Amino acid sequence: MPINYYIFLSLALFCIGIVGVLTRRNAIIIFMCIELMLNAVNLLLVAFSKMHHNAALLAGDATTTAGTDGQLFVFFIMVVAAAEVSVGLAIIVMMYRNIHSVDVNFLNRLKH
Amino acid sequence: MGITQILFWFLSIVAIFSALMVISSKNPVHSVLWLILTFFSISGHYILLNAQFLAIVNIIVYAGAIMVLFLFVIMLMNLNKETEPQKHKWLRIAGAVAGGCLLLVLVAALKDTDIKHQQALVNTGGIGLIKNLGKELFTTYVVPFEISSILFLSAMVGAVVIGKKE
Repeated sequence: MPINYYIFLSLALFCIGIVGVLTRRNAIIIFMCIELMLNAVNLLLVAFSKMHHNAALLAGDATTTAGTDGQLFVFFIMVVAAAEVSVGLAIIVMMYRNIHSVDVNFLNRLKH
Repeated sequence: MGITQILFWFLSIVAIFSALMVISSKNPVHSVLWLILTFFSISGHYILLNAQFLAIVNIIVYAGAIMVLFLFVIMLMNLNKETEPQKHKWLRIAGAVAGGCLLLVLVAALKDTDIKHQQALVNTGGIGLIKNLGKELFTTYVVPFEISSILFLSAMVGAVVIGKKE
């Protein structure tokens, strides 16, 4: 597949995530939109990794492993995302326990 | 148009449609379910690119663990009804216009790049298999791998400390 298609698909998913962050008030939905943006980036990294592999194969190196790094970056992004989700959801639960709401408009003051 | 192209367009349309449904559905539980569908279609893209390890890890970690955590939290807070206060209408329109402008600018900047004649290798290529990735992960990237285990431990401790009552 041409790499352009993957770029535009990832851009569309990323911008949908940004629109979600800007237009919703529920903190959990905003968090889910951040996950969507991370996944768009992951998809683009995998597509670029396969693109570099294809370029190395076309250059004549039949046993190349070019492009492995991109897929390992995706793996590490998933690791960081899992850690981030556990801490973030704990913060949201604590906030709900204190102010009985997950509305981000009530979060403009971090005291109390 | 071969089977690969048909699958690509089908998965892309499913991904974009369900991503739009994530941000437009009122009920948070429906949003979570649409997001799971988005992750499955992205996993389908990984399989199409022959990145089999990442496809399985994406399903297990994202659609399995993270989304179940989201569902638990939503059900714990009893948010599964349409009680979310909406933002002001003009703020929502401004957000949508801002996101659309970003998409427009990025597409306009990237549509004439010189990599557009490159092809992403689909269906073949062995770099996405576990054998190659595992070898690379435990030789070149062994230090970041170990550091990520410390990250997980601290995230676990942090979640427990934040989440426990007083």
